[in-house]
Amino acid sequence: MQAQRLTRIELRRNLFSWKAAWIYCLAFIPTVIISIHMLVGRHPSFAIGEDTNILAGIVQLYYIRLGVFFGCLGIFSRLIRGEMIERNLHYYLLSPVRREVLLLAKFAAGSISAVFLFGSAIAADFALMYAGFGTAGGDYIFNGPGMGQLVAYLLIVVLACLGYGAMFLMLSMMFRNPAPAAMLVLGWETINPVLPSLLQKISVASYLRHLMPVSVSSDGIFALLTVETEPVSGWAATAGLLALIAIVLTYSCYRIRTLEIRYSTE
Amino acid sequence: MNDRIIFEDVSKFYGEVLGVNRISLSIPPGITTLVGPNGSGKTTIMNLMTGLVQPSNGHISVLGLSPGDQTELFSILGYCTQFDTFPRGLTGWQFVLDGLMLHGLEMDLAVDLAAQAIERAQLGDAAGRKIAGYSKGMRQKIRLAQAIAHHPRVLVLDEPLNGLDPMARAESIALFQELGRQGMHVLISSHILDEVDRISDRVILITGGYLIAEGNIHQVRQEVHEKPMQVLIRCDHPELLASKMFAINHCVEARLHADGKGVFLRTADIDQFYSMLNGIAADGLVKIDAVAPADDNASAIYQYLIGTDGSPS
Repeated sequence: MQAQRLTRIELRRNLFSWKAAWIYCLAFIPTVIISIHMLVGRHPSFAIGEDTNILAGIVQLYYIRLGVFFGCLGIFSRLIRGEMIERNLHYYLLSPVRREVLLLAKFAAGSISAVFLFGSAIAADFALMYAGFGTAGGDYIFNGPGMGQLVAYLLIVVLACLGYGAMFLMLSMMFRNPAPAAMLVLGWETINPVLPSLLQKISVASYLRHLMPVSVSSDGIFALLTVETEPVSGWAATAGLLALIAIVLTYSCYRIRTLEIRYSTE
Repeated sequence: MNDRIIFEDVSKFYGEVLGVNRISLSIPPGITTLVGPNGSGKTTIMNLMTGLVQPSNGHISVLGLSPGDQTELFSILGYCTQFDTFPRGLTGWQFVLDGLMLHGLEMDLAVDLAAQAIERAQLGDAAGRKIAGYSKGMRQKIRLAQAIAHHPRVLVLDEPLNGLDPMARAESIALFQELGRQGMHVLISSHILDEVDRISDRVILITGGYLIAEGNIHQVRQEVHEKPMQVLIRCDHPELLASKMFAINHCVEARLHADGKGVFLRTADIDQFYSMLNGIAADGLVKIDAVAPADDNASAIYQYLIGTDGSPS
């Protein structure tokens, strides 16, 4: 019950905050662009396949690598570190709630915020991308592979938010400024496809790549950003990512037990 | 569960900087005041007993509970810290209620307790306003309300009188005294030494991270042997009394009171001094109106033991 209440308090305090406006922009920039495309572009029915590939590219190359990554950095790094900087964290540490429960409740609140934001954005992108095709678009979604793709994208967003969220929550407790560490993580994620297979498992994006319903083709500029990897089943990728999240959260729970309030050094 | 707050040989180092060193305390119920200059370790002691920092050495127990037992400890402990910051966008009411909700209470009970705490802290209608618009004194009061809302058995207050006007200060002191009478442990840190005298059952003097003295103010004063005790005697012939006391050789210093109707005498042996004074009064040489210790207070003890520059004397 305390965890639920804590999560609700966190959501009420942090979900809609003007300080997070840049994260809203990050989530909905593609939505704006797709809206313009829908309004001004021509949408012959044979172009559905091309637009489907473009949407897959937006999800894999923008949302996963940039949007969700930096959005989760903004959301999750302020859950602990942000409250240390604002000198408010001690109120939680002085309440009769175990620190591990506090951490997990904050993680839940951050995840709900991130999933709501980016899930809404992707759902809007999806709807707007096919809206321009009229009946053909509706057929593609409801009678074709469209709905399955949307569900897959939403699952990918959920897992991405959980994965990056856990990572940035951990980094925010390890470092006063998690941004440099986050840049290292971004670099790691970028070069991950060319690393040995064991090291590839220490990456959120590598698991998510195997869950994409539509593969991004390796033509043109996308060739710079995609690397063919050994195929892994969706279940294995999901289980692997959840295991990685569990390990990171377990370590974070260990860290918060010895967290000290020393605001003067922040 | 015992009824003491216990520090056993506790040290805290912040890297190479000493916070506190080898502190051993046993604090009973009642009002105990931590007295010391800035940076002496008062807040470190409070943060150690509430788990906000961990000791480098030693062991701490609060009514039998370790600071690591968060769910049990913070059900019985409230801490009003010195940090004058709040979560953004909250009203005073929300701030107190949010804190109570984390105790797992039913909503109706939490609302009742929040209302009681806000009334006790004398905030009234201001609780409905955003904390961002509060004065310093109101912010202090709402923090106090949050700390006492769940009726803790141990109340830790870090400089609770800061920013309060004289009336609010008097109301707060009355509240602390009431809580102390109810058998609570009330641990206060303060610089305001005359109020330490008024409200404290015990004092703990600390400077440079070291424990200098602890106990009832009078006991602490009597243990300061190297500082002769000063007594004010109101009488009709202060000069005669001073010369008599010097002749008996139990006085080391005499100073007439500014109004000429009394004399401050310093003596190295207070018991002998009172015995001699009785004899002088019985002989009728001097008519004594009043006798009172003149340095049996926190300010004098602070001066003797800590000094004006904050270093141990």
